[in-house]
Amino acid sequence: MTAATLSGWSLPRRRPSALPGFGPTLGFALAYLSLIVLIPLSVLVWRASGLGIGGLVAVASSPRVRAALETSFYLSLVAAALNAVAGLVVAWVLTRYRFPGRAVLDAMVDLPFALPTAVAGIALAAIYATNGWVGSLVNDLFGIRIAFTPSGIFVALVFIGLPFVVRTVQPVLADLDREVEEASATLGASRLQTVVRVILPAMLPAVLTGFALAFARAVGEYGSVIFIAGNMPFVSEIAPLLIIVQLEEFNYVGATAIAVVMLAISFTSLLAINLVQAWCLRRYGHV
Amino acid sequence: MPSPSSNGDTATRSPARADTETAGATAIAVRGLAKDFAGTRALDGIDLDIRPGELLALLGPSGSGKTTLLRAIAGLEPLSAGTVHFGGEDATALRVQDRKVGFVFQHYALFRHMSVADNIAYGLAVRPRALRPPRAEIRRRVEDLLELVQLPGIGQRFPGQLSGGQRQRVALARALAVEPRVLLLDEPFGALDAQVRKDLRRWLRDIHHRTGHTTVFVTHDQEEAVELADRVAILNRGRLEQVGSPDDVLDRPANAFVAGFVGQAVRLDVTVADGVVRAGGIGLGPAPAGATSGPAALFLRSGDVSVVAAGAGTTTGTVTANTRSAASRRLEIRLADDLPQIEAEVPLDRAVARSETVALTIRTGRLFPLVG
Repeated sequence: MTAATLSGWSLPRRRPSALPGFGPTLGFALAYLSLIVLIPLSVLVWRASGLGIGGLVAVASSPRVRAALETSFYLSLVAAALNAVAGLVVAWVLTRYRFPGRAVLDAMVDLPFALPTAVAGIALAAIYATNGWVGSLVNDLFGIRIAFTPSGIFVALVFIGLPFVVRTVQPVLADLDREVEEASATLGASRLQTVVRVILPAMLPAVLTGFALAFARAVGEYGSVIFIAGNMPFVSEIAPLLIIVQLEEFNYVGATAIAVVMLAISFTSLLAINLVQAWCLRRYGHV
Repeated sequence: MPSPSSNGDTATRSPARADTETAGATAIAVRGLAKDFAGTRALDGIDLDIRPGELLALLGPSGSGKTTLLRAIAGLEPLSAGTVHFGGEDATALRVQDRKVGFVFQHYALFRHMSVADNIAYGLAVRPRALRPPRAEIRRRVEDLLELVQLPGIGQRFPGQLSGGQRQRVALARALAVEPRVLLLDEPFGALDAQVRKDLRRWLRDIHHRTGHTTVFVTHDQEEAVELADRVAILNRGRLEQVGSPDDVLDRPANAFVAGFVGQAVRLDVTVADGVVRAGGIGLGPAPAGATSGPAALFLRSGDVSVVAAGAGTTTGTVTANTRSAASRRLEIRLADDLPQIEAEVPLDRAVARSETVALTIRTGRLFPLVG
C-alpha cells in the first residue's frame, strides 16, 4: 500500500515479459516519431505562431484561402469516398476470382503509388482535356469539361487514392472466412443479404482505414493535381498550391499559416476516423 | 457445466421423436452420391439412409470424404452424381438456402460484428417480410434458445467475448433458430480442448434428446462417435465401409478397415493353416470356426489378450512396458521381434515385471482373410 502510494508518481511498472522489448521499442518509436513528425510540425506551428490566433484566423478566412481549403478538403473527401466503394469492388475481384490477367491487374493497382505524381498529372491532363480521347468523348456526350476544372482535380485525386483502399481491404477480404458466408446461406439468406449483412460490415473497418489513407493522401497531393487543375483562384486552386504561391512570394509566415490550418483540419479528421475504428475494436473485438 | 438433466425443459418445439415415426421412414436418403474434386474422387457411390430423429456419426480418417458428404447433404457442395432426398422430397436441385438445414461449422462461423442475440436471430431476420416473425416473437425465441443451450443472459455480448465452447453453443442455437429439418454438425468439437469436448458431448446428447432433431455429425474421433451416436457410418476413401450401431461396428466390424479403425486395435498379419492362426511362425491360437485358410489380418484389442497362469496359454510373450491406468495395469507385450507389440490389461493385484515372459490366450475373432 505505502510502497504503491510512494511510487505513485513513477510510470506504472509492467511485469517483465518473457519476450522483453517494450522499453527499447517504445523509446525508439518515440524518438523516431519526434525526429520525423513531431519536430518538423512543431517548427511549423512555431513559425506560424508569429501571427497569433487572430492572424491565423485572418489568413484562413481570406476568401482565396477559404476557397482553396474548401476545394482541397471537399474534393479529397468525395474522391476518397468514391475510392472506398470502387476500391472495395477491385479488391473483391482480385481476391475472390481467378481469371487470366489477374496478376497484371493486381500489379496495375500499385501504379499510382509508383508513378511520379507529375507524370500522372500530365498523362491525366492529356487524356481528360477536351482534345484528349476520354475528355473529348465526355465533352461531346455530356458537354462536361474535365481537365482544367474542379472535375480534373477530382480525377487526379481518385487516381492517386485508389491503391490505398485496395491494399488495405485486400488482405482482410482474403482472410474473411468463407464459412461465415456459407453459414449465412444455410440460414436462408440470399446472396445480396449475405453481402450486405455479413461481408460489408466485416469489411467496414478496413474500408474506413483505406478511406482515411486515401483522404490524407489526397489532401496533401500536389504534383498530379496542378497539371490537370487549371489552378484558377476561387475555382480550381488547391490549398497546397496556394502554399507554394506564398513561398514563391517569400511570404513564409503566410505559407505556414495556411499549412497550420490544413494540419489542424487533417489531424482532426484523421483523429475522428481513428476514434470510429477504436469504437469498432471495442465493440467487435477486431478492426 | 452442462448437466444431462432434462428438467427445466425449455425446448418449446419438439419435432416427432424417432420412436413415434413409422418404421422404415427416412429423414435423409442419399443415393449414388459422387463428388469429384479436380479429377480425384472425394465421394464414390454413397448410399445412406438416415432415420428420423436419429443421431448419426460420420466417422473416418482425414481425407475420407466425411465432411464432403455432410456438405453435400447441406447443399454446400455441388454433386457430380447422385440424389439427396429429405423426407421423401427430392432436394438434389434445391439451393442451400431452401434446404432448411441447420449447419454447425467446426470453427463456429459466427458473425463477429453481431451480438449473440443478433447471430441467433439472423436466420429469422433475413426471411421475407411475410414469413418473418414479429420482433417480440424473435426476441422471445432467442431467449428460449439461449436457455436451451444453457447460456441465458449473454445475448448482448459479442462472439469475441466468448470461450470456444460458448461460441459453439451459440452456433448451435443459431442453427436451431430456423427450425431446420435436419441438423448437420461438422466436427463440432474439433477445435475444443479435451474437457470441454467431454462436457459438450454430453450436452449435445441431452439437447438431441430434448429436441429430437435428426442430427448428423462428422468426427474423426471414434470414441466420440460411438459414445454419442445412435448409429455410426464409417467412411474410407470416399466409400461407406459400414453403417451400424456402436455395438455393430465395435463387435461385428464388416471388414478389415473398420476393425482397424475403431476400437484401438493392433493389426497382425497372420496366416491361417490347419485351424491355427500363426504370426511370423508363432502359433497364436486356434482359428475361429469356418475361417478360410491363407493370409489374413488379425485385429487385437487389449480385451482380446489375456494373461494366464504359466503353461495354460496358447502362446507366450515378453512384457516390454507396464503402465498404470485408473482401474488396471496396461501391458505392452512382444510376441516376436518382427511383430507389432500387442496390449493386454491385467488387474491391479497381478504384479508383472518388465521383460517377464507371460503365458497368453488370444481371442482370434476379428480375423479378415486378405484377398489377392
